Amino acid sequence: MAVDILIAEDEPSILEALDFVLQRAGWSIASVMDGEAVIDAVRRMQPRILVLDIMLPKRSGFEVLKQIRGDQSTRDLPVLVLTAKGQQQDRRVAEELGADVFVTKPYANAEVVDTVRRMIGNPASRNTS
Amino acid sequence: MTLTADLVIATAIAYVGLLFLIAYIGDSHTRRRAGSFLRSPFVYTLSISVYCTSWTFYGAVGTAARSGLEFVTIYLGPTLVFLGWWFILRRLVRISHDQRITSIADLVSSRFGKSSRLAVLITILAVIAIAPYIALQLKAITSSIEAIAGSSEFGRGSLEGLDDVGLALGVAAGMAMFTILFGTRNVDAKEQHHGVVAAIAFEAIVKLTALISVGIFVLYIGGGIDPIFANAARAGIEINERNAFGDRWVAMTLLAASAVICLPRQFQVTVVENSDESHLRTASWVFPGYMLAMSLFILPIALYGLTSMPAGSNPDMFTLTLPLAAGQDGLALFAFIGGFSSATSMIILESIALSIMVSNHIVVPIMLRMTANTGVDDGQGVRAIILNARRFSIILILFLGFGYFYLTRGSDALAPIGLISFTGVAQFLPAILASLFWRDASAKAATAAIIVGFIVWLWSSFMPSFSSSSQLVAQIMTQGPAGITWLRPQALFGLENLDPLAHAVFWSLFLNTSVLIIGSLITSQSALEHVQAALFLNVFRNRPENAGPLRGSAAADDLFLVARRVLGHGRAVALFSEEAKQARMPWSSLEPSPAFIRKLERELAGSIGAASAHVMLSKVVSGDAISLEEVMQMADETQQAIEYSQELEKTSNELRATAEKLEVANQQLRKVDLQKDEFLSQVSHEVRTPMTAIRAFSEILLNEADLEDQSREKFVRTIHKESLRLTSLLDEILDLSALERGERSWENRPVSAEGALDQALRVCDALARQNNTKLEALERARNVTVLAEPDRLSQVLINLISNAIKYNGAIQPEVEVRSRIENNRYVVEVCDNGLGIAEEERARIFDKFYRGRLGETGPYAGAGLGLPISREIISRMNGTLDLIPGWLEGACFRVTLPIIAR
Repeated sequence: MAVDILIAEDEPSILEALDFVLQRAGWSIASVMDGEAVIDAVRRMQPRILVLDIMLPKRSGFEVLKQIRGDQSTRDLPVLVLTAKGQQQDRRVAEELGADVFVTKPYANAEVVDTVRRMIGNPASRNTS
Repeated sequence: MTLTADLVIATAIAYVGLLFLIAYIGDSHTRRRAGSFLRSPFVYTLSISVYCTSWTFYGAVGTAARSGLEFVTIYLGPTLVFLGWWFILRRLVRISHDQRITSIADLVSSRFGKSSRLAVLITILAVIAIAPYIALQLKAITSSIEAIAGSSEFGRGSLEGLDDVGLALGVAAGMAMFTILFGTRNVDAKEQHHGVVAAIAFEAIVKLTALISVGIFVLYIGGGIDPIFANAARAGIEINERNAFGDRWVAMTLLAASAVICLPRQFQVTVVENSDESHLRTASWVFPGYMLAMSLFILPIALYGLTSMPAGSNPDMFTLTLPLAAGQDGLALFAFIGGFSSATSMIILESIALSIMVSNHIVVPIMLRMTANTGVDDGQGVRAIILNARRFSIILILFLGFGYFYLTRGSDALAPIGLISFTGVAQFLPAILASLFWRDASAKAATAAIIVGFIVWLWSSFMPSFSSSSQLVAQIMTQGPAGITWLRPQALFGLENLDPLAHAVFWSLFLNTSVLIIGSLITSQSALEHVQAALFLNVFRNRPENAGPLRGSAAADDLFLVARRVLGHGRAVALFSEEAKQARMPWSSLEPSPAFIRKLERELAGSIGAASAHVMLSKVVSGDAISLEEVMQMADETQQAIEYSQELEKTSNELRATAEKLEVANQQLRKVDLQKDEFLSQVSHEVRTPMTAIRAFSEILLNEADLEDQSREKFVRTIHKESLRLTSLLDEILDLSALERGERSWENRPVSAEGALDQALRVCDALARQNNTKLEALERARNVTVLAEPDRLSQVLINLISNAIKYNGAIQPEVEVRSRIENNRYVVEVCDNGLGIAEEERARIFDKFYRGRLGETGPYAGAGLGLPISREIISRMNGTLDLIPGWLEGACFRVTLPIIAR
C-alpha cells in the first residue's frame, strides 16, 4: 500500500488541512501523529516524500530524520521539514541531518503543494479515491 | 554622764550610721543629677582634707609636744603643692581626665607606654607602703578608746579583759566591714564615688570643729595664749628644741609635698573625683586655709598638756585627755568623734583607692587572661568578680595594717609611723614628675627606679620600725647585715650623723632619681611610650580626639598647601570651596573651623593614614614644630608604606570580589535572557500552530469554490476553534507574565476555602458527565477561612479537576477530591485513576509549555501553561501546589493554604 506522501504532524487541525490540500492536488496521503510511528510507517508505506514536523511528541522530528538518513533503505527519501519556530538554529540542525527542504508555519497551502510537486513531480494519476 | 568604752563605741557606731545616711543621700542626689552642691568646689576641697588624718588630729599635738614646730612641715608641703597647683595638679587633673586615669598606678603605667608591669608594681608597693599608715589609724582609734576607758573606774565596760591588740583587731574588722559596705556597693566606670565624697566632706567638718572646740576650751581653761606660752616657758619647755630648719625639716616638707600627690587616696580625691578643673583654683587656697585652721591650736594644746597633765602622759592623746581630765565628758566625746572621723575617712578612702588599683591592675587582667579563650561572660559576672576582688583587697589592706600595728606596738608615737608610709609612696614621685615634664623617661628606667627606691625604703625606713619587736632587726640596725657596716639601715654607705628619716629619704629618692635619669638615658622608648609621652607633655597643647583633635588658628592657605600636596589640586579646591560657601565668606579670609579641620584630617587620613594626617595637620594648626612627632613621622613612614600597601591589597581584593559578584549577576542575567528567549520561542511556536491551521483552512475556503457545505462548515468551525485557542493562549501568556512580574493588583482576603472548592466542583460537573467521568468529593473540611482571591482559588481548583478529567485516559475514569485540615493548614487533594504522570515527567510538569502525554494531542491539547499559572497563583496566597503520590493509580495534586480561622 504505497503512498505518495507520509505526513508526520501532531496537530489535528494542521494535519487535516494538509491532508485536504495535498489530496486535492492528486497525491495519496498517509499520516502519523507522533515520532515513534514515523519509521514504521515509512517502511510499511514506502512514501515518495515525508512531510515531517519537528515538534513531535515522543520522538522529535530531528531524531526521526537522523534515523531515516542512517538507514540504508530510507537514506534517499526526500524529506520536507515543517517547523513552527522557523529559527536559524532548527533549520541548521535539520540541514545537517539531511533535510531536503523547509516550510515554515504558518505557510501558504500553495507553497507546500508547489514544494512537493517540485520534489516528486506530478501525481501519477488523478485518483481521488 | 560618765564616759565609758561602751558608750564611745556605741557613739562611734551611731556616727558610722550617720555617715552611711550621708553617703546614701549623696549617691541618690547624684543619680537624680540634683547634687550640684555635692559638685561644688568646697565639697571637693573638704574631701581633699582627708589628708588630715588622726595623725593630724592626735599626732600633730604629740609631735608639737615632742619636737616643737616640726609638725608644721606636714602642712607646709601640701600648702606649697596647692599654691603651685598650676604646675603639677592642673596637669595631673587634665591628663587624668583626657586619658581616663583611675589611679596613681594607672597614671604612671599610662605614661610609660601603658605598661601593665609598672601598674602591678606600683599597686603592690602602694599596698605595702600604706600598711603603716593604716596601722597608725588603728593605733589612734585604739589609743583613744583606751584613754577613755582608763579615765574612770568602770570605764572599760565590755572591754574588760581585752588588750589593745584585741581592740585593734576589732577596730580593723569593723573598719573592713564598714569600708566594704561603703565603697564596694557598685562599680563605676569613672571610679567616682559621690556619696563617699559627701561623707568624707562631712567628716572634714566634724574633725575641724572638734579640734577647734578643744583648742578654744584649752585657751579658756589655760587663760589665753600668753599664759599658756608663759607657763610652758617657765616649765622649761623649749618650742624650738631642735634646729627647726635642719635636714629633717627639709625631708619632712618634701615628704608631705610628695604625699599629697602620691598617696593613693589623695590622688583619688584630688584627681579622680575631680569633676571640674576649675575647682582646683578654689582648693588651692581653701585647702591650705583648712590646714591652717587645723594647726592653729596644736601648739597651745600641746603646751598646755605638757604643763598641766601628769608626767608620762601620752602627748598624742592630749586632744582627748585634756577635756577628760577637766571633766568635760561631752567635749571629750566630741573630740573622740573628731579623731574617729579623721581615722575613718582616711581608712575608707585609702582602702577604696587601693582596692581599685588591685582590682583594675591585678585581678581584672588575670581574669581577662583566664577567660580569653572562653570568651567574656555576661557583664553581671564580671561586675561581681570586680566587687569581690575589691572586698578582698580591702580586707587584705586592713589586715596588713593590723599586722604592722601588731609587730610595732612597742612604739608609742604616731607621727613616725606615718612618715614611714610617706617615704614609701614618695618613691613614686620621680616617676610621676618625669611623666609630667620629661619626655625621654623610659618605662624600663621608671620600673628600675621605683624598685630601687623601694628596696632602699624597705631597708632603711620600713624594717627599722620592727627593731622594737625583732631582735634580728635590732642587730642589723647596729651592726649591719652579716657585719657589713656600710649596709646599716640608718647609715647606708657610711652616711652617718644624719637624722634617720632624712637619711632614708635622701638615699631612697637619690638612688631612685639617679636610676631613673641614667636608665632613661641608656634605654630607649617603645613607640607607644613616645606617643603617650607626647600626649602627657602636650596635654595643654593638643586636645585629644574626642574634644576636637586640633585647635588653634591656622591660616587657610597653609592648610590648603598641605591638602593639595596630599589630595591633589582638584580635591583640595573642592573641599575648600565648599567650606567657603558654607561659611559665606571668600576663601582668602576663611578661618578654618575645628569641624573643618577634623573633616580635612579625615580626608587626609584616607590617603596617608590617621596618625600621619594628625601629625601633618597638628604641625600646621599649632604652628610649632614638634620634633618628637617629626621623628615619629619619619619612623612611621615605613609603617605607613606597609599600611598603604596593605590597604591597596585590601582594595584590590574588594575589587576582585566585586568583579566576581558582577560576574555571577551577569551569568544570572544571561540565564534570565536565555530563559526569555526560550519562552519567546515557545510562545512563537504555540502561536504559530493555531495560526497555521487558521491560515491553511482560510486558504482552502478561499481557493476551493466547489466545497461541499458540510466540509465548508467543518473548516469554518475549525478556524473558529483555533482562533479561540489562540485567544486563550494569549490570555494565559499575559496572565502568567503579569503574575510573575507581580504587577497584577492582587488582594488576598479572607474567603471560605470550601466555598471555592464547591464552585469548582459545580463548574467541572458538566465536563465530568460529558467525559463519563465519576467525579466524587470524599471527606471535606468544613468552615475554613483562608487568605485568598476567591476567583483565583476557584480557577486553580477548576484547572486541577478539569485536568484530571481531560487527561485521564482510563476506561472507567474516576476523579476524587478531598479536603481536610492538617497542622493548621487547609489541604485539598485532587486524584484520578488515569495514566498518571510518568516518572521522568514529574520534575517538569510545572514548567511552562510542558505538556503531559495526553495534553499534547487529543481533544484537549493545551498550551502547557495551566499548572505553572496555578502554582504561581497559589504561591501568591502563601500556599503550595505539589504533585504527590496519590491513593489512586493516576496523578494526584495537592494544594495547601495557611488557615486564618475555622
